[in-house]
Amino acid sequence: MTNKTVGRKTSGLDKILRVALYTVLILVAAFYLMPFIVMLITSLKDVEEIRTGTLLSLPASLHFDSWSKAWSSACTGGSCGGISPYFMNSFQIVLPAVAISTLVGAINGYVISLWKFRGSDFFFAAMLVGCFIPFQVILLPMAQTLGWLGIANTTSGLVFVHVVYGVAFTTLFFRNFYQSIPSELVKAARLDGAGFFTIFYRIILPVSTPIIVVTVIWQFTQIWNDFLFGVAFSGFDTQPVTVALNNLVNTSFGGKEYNVDMAAAIIAALPTLAVYVFAGKYFVRGLTAGAVKG
Amino acid sequence: MNTKAANSGSGQTQSGRPARLSLADWMPKIVMAPTVLVTLVCIYGYMIWTAVLSFTGSRMLPSYKFVGFDQYERLFNNDRWMVALSNLGIFGGLFIVICLFLGVTLAIFLDQKIRAEGAIRTIYLYPMAISFIVTGTAWKWLLNPTNGLEKMMIDFGFENFKFDWLINPDMVVYCLVIAAVWQASGFVMALFLAGLRGVDGDLIKAAHLDGASTFTTYRRIILPSLKPVFFSALVVLSHIAIKSFDLVAALTNGGPGYASDLPANFMYTYTFTRSQIGLGSASAMVMLGCVLAILVPYLYSELRGKRHD
Repeated sequence: MTNKTVGRKTSGLDKILRVALYTVLILVAAFYLMPFIVMLITSLKDVEEIRTGTLLSLPASLHFDSWSKAWSSACTGGSCGGISPYFMNSFQIVLPAVAISTLVGAINGYVISLWKFRGSDFFFAAMLVGCFIPFQVILLPMAQTLGWLGIANTTSGLVFVHVVYGVAFTTLFFRNFYQSIPSELVKAARLDGAGFFTIFYRIILPVSTPIIVVTVIWQFTQIWNDFLFGVAFSGFDTQPVTVALNNLVNTSFGGKEYNVDMAAAIIAALPTLAVYVFAGKYFVRGLTAGAVKG
Repeated sequence: MNTKAANSGSGQTQSGRPARLSLADWMPKIVMAPTVLVTLVCIYGYMIWTAVLSFTGSRMLPSYKFVGFDQYERLFNNDRWMVALSNLGIFGGLFIVICLFLGVTLAIFLDQKIRAEGAIRTIYLYPMAISFIVTGTAWKWLLNPTNGLEKMMIDFGFENFKFDWLINPDMVVYCLVIAAVWQASGFVMALFLAGLRGVDGDLIKAAHLDGASTFTTYRRIILPSLKPVFFSALVVLSHIAIKSFDLVAALTNGGPGYASDLPANFMYTYTFTRSQIGLGSASAMVMLGCVLAILVPYLYSELRGKRHD
């Protein structure tokens, strides 16, 4: 993309530096890859082989039974149905929570950047604080509120919590994106008699695809990877997969089956890894959008 | 006024537009109202609620018998809390410094027209997509002395190799650092790389024409212009450090004993499993104080900077 080192000639020293540079980069890459490779290798060994072999030794033959056990019959906490029901729970939480928080964020961002009213900037700043507070400070009152609303320990309760604390981020994303839309566009549309929602639906939404993608990816990974809300607010049957995985790994009856643990961990990571692989470019943008000023 | 508006305006200017305008004036506020309400209640209201609880003698259930600063006094006389707090200092400090150092270094390295840059960047960044629970699980397996890295090195022939940090109360907090750095340093690298790519190319060319070496160019021109990225990364990293709860839960479960507790885990344990709601609330308020100490100056400079635009 950039041509920062245009026209520099290469000497012997440069060549040595280049080799050193690549060596460092590859070693670091190995460091980042190692845990995943070890997890994968371990999940494909049987228990005996894990005990006798080392971390990086390849499995003598491939065993996929740890994967099926992790999925459908491993014991997490009290029940022994594998992590599949919790994997489904996570989807039931993530899909509505992402949809609602994205929609609300889009409308909020639209108002804050294009329909400013007295105090809207102040409110936006107040809302930003919600992106950064340690959630420990709201855990207990939220637990009580969920109880009063009758949605404690339910999937709807977790959806509610994720929407409430996700909207600050989604609003921030959409607001930053809509800032660049000239307000004359909205003024002209109003003179034409277009109303609040018509303008949103006809003019704003059609140009919003990039930011919607970024927001959806961000929210999906945030909510899928959540553990704190899951462990504090979910019931026995409504736990998300992160909580179930932690129970599976931390409760051991009898012999420890590391291959099952590793298979379960990979399964729990697959949806966000898939998002990363298929939408990596947008994923990076989503991650950096929250942190670098645009 | 443009022609389009004039064309369609004939019928509307009389009766239609005033009504529509007033509705349009109200609509943004109506639409924002639920968010405003929820923010006020669920962020600020709850913060105050927790603050109130921290001044009460609440144990298993919230009670509103005020005891002044007793809970804070108990908190800072609590050994476990002091361990958690000093752990946060060690963990947070090392985590932030190492991530920033690695992030800048790797970003500069990757900025040298590297072949397969995309692939390498992808590898560095993928841990960020994974939850801390999975990260903790993976590193727990790698770091455990009986099967993990220690055994591997011994099998390779280094018979005296010892790496038992995970079960050593003095060293266990460094295990948290290793796993957290693995998770987040690639993200910091991506932030800095994005920053580097945004530096004005002409400026760099001019520096080279003036005879500045690559090293000098980075030190004198490029890195100083990355200050905003640096502060953003600092805020994000300290936020991750202070809220770290899941990593501890999965990697060490606070152990051995409570040697690797962080404030977030202390708060959860005392509030939800030890029925010490008042004490838990006090610890949450201290965490909030830590975050605000970093956040307020940051937001202040951000918002003040934007006003100049």
